[in-house]
Amino acid sequence: MSTISSRCAACKYLRRRCPPDCIFSPYFPSNDPQRFACVHRIYGASNVGKMIQQTPTQMRAQVADSLYFESRCRIQDPVYGCVGIISLLHLQIHNAESELAKVKAQIAFLNSDANREPSFRPQLEGASNVNNLWSAQSSVEQHQIGSSTTHGPLAFM
Amino acid sequence: MSSSSSYNSPCAACKFLRRKCMPGCIFAPYFPPEEPQKFTNVHKIFGASNVTKLLNELPPHQREDAVNSLAYEAEARVRDPVYGCVGAISFLQRQVQRLQKELETANADLIRYACNGIPSSAAIPGSNNPVQPVTLRQRAAPLEFGGVGRPIGNEGGGAFYQAPLPPYPYPYPPLPWNDNFGGDFNGGGGGGSM
Repeated sequence: MSTISSRCAACKYLRRRCPPDCIFSPYFPSNDPQRFACVHRIYGASNVGKMIQQTPTQMRAQVADSLYFESRCRIQDPVYGCVGIISLLHLQIHNAESELAKVKAQIAFLNSDANREPSFRPQLEGASNVNNLWSAQSSVEQHQIGSSTTHGPLAFM
Repeated sequence: MSSSSSYNSPCAACKFLRRKCMPGCIFAPYFPPEEPQKFTNVHKIFGASNVTKLLNELPPHQREDAVNSLAYEAEARVRDPVYGCVGAISFLQRQVQRLQKELETANADLIRYACNGIPSSAAIPGSNNPVQPVTLRQRAAPLEFGGVGRPIGNEGGGAFYQAPLPPYPYPYPPLPWNDNFGGDFNGGGGGGSM
């Protein structure tokens, strides 16, 4: 006894009746048609239905959400999809680790100076180290992922 | 790129689909017969016809990268049917956040050392203060899960994403990924060059 207005977004998209046990309806509500359109475009209705069906009920919402996220990434970036994001995160981690190493080296330097000569004050030298740190950081910030042959999005694979 | 059909050896896709591998087969350059699992995964998750559509929408020089990233996603989904690549993204985001906190703490320590090591009468040329106030500039902004933004500075296919959508409160999934995530997959068998 489904009325047209109670069809889920998937059944509306597929132009079919929405049965009471529709596999899609809990995860593709009618008020968000874009959500199903995205996953359908990348995975197809039958693959999405299979993936949801094969998952325990309590995890199905996460499946639908992650499929939606990945399909949106793929629509935005047809070449790399969410793999581009993974690549970016690897780069961010690499940059943050480099920065951290530099800062720790600076701390070790200042610490060793302080321990070596109590009267020795790394005045301008200490300040210039801080300034050097920031210019090193800004040069790292200018690194971009993109069409570089050595650091493209799939370089981590 | 080799054409498998010219050696009478069907590509992995046509072998899987049990059809003749014709000259000009769209799959042949990217699914060699030596890597059957690559197409098996891609077909299982995306389906051959969806992959064909995706590839047809791309210029030829981008197709190899597209296939390799699809293979990567497909393998991630096979390994983790609930979260797929999103599990890895969550894991890596947490690493970024942890490192940013460590960096903030280390920078604060550095400033304390620098301030303690410089008497207040010392002057830096061009500055009124012995130590410049430090702010973290352009922190690596973690991508908020559930957000897919517009790419900015899109150059040659690589994109930097900002997250316009609110973060999605995923519970921390059991992680099939280890710290070497990214090196465990063989989805890049095509040897993508960019």
